[in-house]
Amino acid sequence: MDSILFLIFAAIAVGCGLNLVLQTHPISSALSLVGVMGSLAVLYLLLGGEFIAMAQLIVYAGAIMVLFIFVIMLLNAGGERRGRKRLWAPWAGAPMVAAIIGIGAYLIQRAAPRTAEVTFGAFQHGNPSDIGTNLFENYVLPFEITSILILIAIVGAIVLARKEIE
Amino acid sequence: MNFLILSLIKAAVVAFVLMTTLAYLQWIERKVIAHIQLRVGPRRVGPHGLLQPLADVIKLLTKEDLLPSHVNKVFYFLAPFIAVFFALIAISVIPFGTEVNLGPVHTAMQLTDLNIGVLFILGLSGMGVYGVALAGWASNNKYALLGGLRSSAQMISYELPMALAIAAPLLMLNTLSFRQLVEAQSGYYLGFIPRWTIFQGPVPQLVSFILFGIAAFAETNRVPFDLPEAENELVAGFHTEYSSMKFAAFFMAEYANMVTVSCVATLLFLGGWQPLWPAQYGSNFLPTAMFLAGAALCFYHGFHPARSFDRITLPAAGVVFLGIAVVFLIPPVAAVLLPLFWFAAKVGFILFVYIWVRGTLPRFRYDQLMRFAWTFMFPVAVANLFLTGLAVALS
Repeated sequence: MDSILFLIFAAIAVGCGLNLVLQTHPISSALSLVGVMGSLAVLYLLLGGEFIAMAQLIVYAGAIMVLFIFVIMLLNAGGERRGRKRLWAPWAGAPMVAAIIGIGAYLIQRAAPRTAEVTFGAFQHGNPSDIGTNLFENYVLPFEITSILILIAIVGAIVLARKEIE
Repeated sequence: MNFLILSLIKAAVVAFVLMTTLAYLQWIERKVIAHIQLRVGPRRVGPHGLLQPLADVIKLLTKEDLLPSHVNKVFYFLAPFIAVFFALIAISVIPFGTEVNLGPVHTAMQLTDLNIGVLFILGLSGMGVYGVALAGWASNNKYALLGGLRSSAQMISYELPMALAIAAPLLMLNTLSFRQLVEAQSGYYLGFIPRWTIFQGPVPQLVSFILFGIAAFAETNRVPFDLPEAENELVAGFHTEYSSMKFAAFFMAEYANMVTVSCVATLLFLGGWQPLWPAQYGSNFLPTAMFLAGAALCFYHGFHPARSFDRITLPAAGVVFLGIAVVFLIPPVAAVLLPLFWFAAKVGFILFVYIWVRGTLPRFRYDQLMRFAWTFMFPVAVANLFLTGLAVALS
């Protein structure tokens, strides 16, 4: 059951990812990205990371992508224009992409030790209370440093977007 | 009985009850608003207009389904589906009462008890924005686009104070499962003050209940925050170009969101199915008393009829009420029905407040709406969260 669900949602994630690149209209691409985020959330859920799955759904699929779509709608961005068609480009590119992915997958499979293999349902500590305990007891420093990093990014964004008032 | 069959039966029952509730919520809304505005409301179809929802459904199903020109077809068709899907699926984690024991069958009155139920609801409410935003964008209509933009900006803004308002009671109750939330609110202070979150120590969550209520109005696009569909500026907002069942889908999504939000408010703040006062002071007899009073009222007006057909309809309703009142007195049935009654009463009260507000308050201006969210609700919610956190840490 878990393997079947994994295959279905992995296929949806890859399909949406491909669609994201292939679509010409920004809204279609953004919605494909929502699909990728959503199926990633299901994959997290299958691996036992309930909290991460819901955080993925709320933060990425919900908040961030809605902002993307909001901006695309606000700017009324049209579809991108295709350049001059080069017929040989996809035929040359597709095998290369396949080769790169294949070599990458092979290297990862060789490098990763067999004991580190993931099994469905083996991880039991993905619930919110375990994550909270770990975050605020074992990893307080990384957590706080990350939050300061994000704060810097927010301040930077406001400074860049601010209108100069004469 | 096996899990699959039981789940299917429960899903069918919940879906049927939810759909009926949605249809009749609209009837109740029209009636209540009519009486607020000194009208009588729908009363042509069936006694007191009771068959009006059915007539509306038939009308919506048989209406011509117009497709405006130059719309983005895929997203135009997808938008109502997204809206209604994420609105209806939220009911699956809402518990309605305690456990049911029918002979060998033991089951909770809930489709599934997720240990992350609260987060699940938050996630779904975030995804629901896509339906509205896409509908506005795909319709190829400037009013619809403005409605969609307003709606997505409003929903993103109000999601923040809403999440913060939810976080404060969660700090006190220390769980994310709706069933455990309700169980953590059982019992009474001094023997009569219920330990609901709005009364519970160390910090009674009245502030976050009010914040949650305000944010919920904005999240569901209801008056006074129904800017996305402000008819005097934007025709009908994001669903201007939708007709027939696609329009009905948005309508249904709005009402389903209302029901979900009312259920969440009940479970988080009003103690779910915990009664208002303890059973030893007779809280178990409240439904019987209420239905008896209803029956008496029906019989009185049936024997002093204002219109001729009231002579038949009102006594019939009175007999039904009398039957329900008796059913609440049978101990094994009452054990199942009493939690359900309290839950339904609280949810119904919140839904009534929704309608009441719609009949009372005017609409905000858009800049007022945004300023209210960011400069008032957000700081208050953060302050409340800090205060609650401090009190929980010290106690």
